[in-house]
Amino acid sequence: MGNKTLRTIGLPVVTLIAFIGLWQLYCNLSGIADYTLPAPSDIAKRMADDRELLWSHFAATLKLSFMGLGLGLLVGAAIAVIIHSVPLFREAVAPLLVISQNIPLIALGALLMIWFGFDLTPKLILLVIVCFFPVTMSMLTGLGQAEPHLREYLGMIGASRWERMKRLEFPASLPYLFTGLKMAATYVVSSATVAEWLGANKGIGYYLQLRFKGFDAAGVFGSIVCIIALSLVFFGIVALLERFIIRWRPSSRGEWKAVSK
Amino acid sequence: MNGPKDSDNGYKLVVDGIAKSYKRGKERVPVLDELSLNVRAGEFVTLIGPSGSGKSTLFRLIGGVEKPDGGRVLIDGGDVTGKSGLISYMPQQAALFPWLSVAGNIASALVTAGASKQEAKALAAEWLDRIGLGAFEAEYPHVLSGGMQQRVSFLRALLMKRDLMCLDEPFAALDALTRADMQKWLLELWEADRRSVLFITHSIEEALLLSDRIYVLSAAPARVVREIAVPFARPRRGDVWTDPAFISLKQEVLALLEGRR
Repeated sequence: MGNKTLRTIGLPVVTLIAFIGLWQLYCNLSGIADYTLPAPSDIAKRMADDRELLWSHFAATLKLSFMGLGLGLLVGAAIAVIIHSVPLFREAVAPLLVISQNIPLIALGALLMIWFGFDLTPKLILLVIVCFFPVTMSMLTGLGQAEPHLREYLGMIGASRWERMKRLEFPASLPYLFTGLKMAATYVVSSATVAEWLGANKGIGYYLQLRFKGFDAAGVFGSIVCIIALSLVFFGIVALLERFIIRWRPSSRGEWKAVSK
Repeated sequence: MNGPKDSDNGYKLVVDGIAKSYKRGKERVPVLDELSLNVRAGEFVTLIGPSGSGKSTLFRLIGGVEKPDGGRVLIDGGDVTGKSGLISYMPQQAALFPWLSVAGNIASALVTAGASKQEAKALAAEWLDRIGLGAFEAEYPHVLSGGMQQRVSFLRALLMKRDLMCLDEPFAALDALTRADMQKWLLELWEADRRSVLFITHSIEEALLLSDRIYVLSAAPARVVREIAVPFARPRRGDVWTDPAFISLKQEVLALLEGRR
């Protein structure tokens, strides 16, 4: 801890601040029109003016993303377990999962709106389709990676298939699952924004559309700031959860206390 | 724990004319050639043979993980060929689950063997205390040294309510000092409790120190070359290796393994 943590967090922050500073400087000096490229100060001012509106939209997107990510996690994990456990299913379905990711989000979103209307259902389905995939793929890898000698041990003591899943394969897949969940957490907010753009009366995506239609560049940048902030929140939650749940791995330093004998 | 109970013929385990071969390419490679052996209730029997002589295959057949091409496995006089869940097992690598605590590793195996959760927990805690590992009860296995991990692994096999303990080269991966220490430790624990044990080793000294009887196996396909009753009294003295009879037996086994007789 200490010095290294400071570097890993501190350096990117310094880079970001420098970037924003240069941006501000450029806008001030070049006199570029603020409807083309608003200065960071313009964006901040717009966000402050809109703060109540922005906050309510922020909360709506937060809720939608949270539900989508949670449901996507459940669906993704369930699909992984089923595919892993039923060989026929694995052969029949697994190769087709990729197709679900090849359909452009806006096409899929449009279809879902036609079928399910404009309330929560189509948006949730869209988010589940986005989130389940990295979860399923990474967890599938993990389920198959369980240590052979642990597998052999469970076979020798006559553990059932269910026990093997519960005691070996599922826990062994958790570190992989979190890799997938982190990816899902990265995508979920921007996907929620797309869903809201397509048809909603609340959420950052809706706000974005409103500002875009008014050619309000500062407002558009404001929504980007919100989306990034939300994504970071989700990524942070998943990372924390990972640290909390996967405690058995020896940490890289210190933990290898040599116990003699 | 199961005390030694006498069955019809006094044999806990009978391996009757078992044969097994594997396909390597187009060829069938025989691994076990009509191998027969037995373990009486409360007896410590060791298999010693050149590496690759099919000893671990034999264990897999006894454990019911694989089926033999011919022959039978009987436990307590009943035909259990291809049936799993009757033995407890200690492999060469400790095979402890990294996400379970030391006590949890033992308890979950006991639950597989039919103990209730509470019973398993209590038994694990009691015995960990007894073997001086009580302080590590709640730790993850990775903080333990190799020798301590093997102690936990042995305890797990010992406490499972199973008829036969199968130990597959349990000390092969340990350094010489730890190994000698572990042999003494195992001898003490076993002599206090007298379970039926089938033990695989490459070490002639280890076989002579621990067992009541030794089967010397040939190179693959494995057959029994000789059955040796170990004459030393129980409880066995730690310095039994200084006995002239020990040395001559050691030479005899060595000659058999080297194919000189």
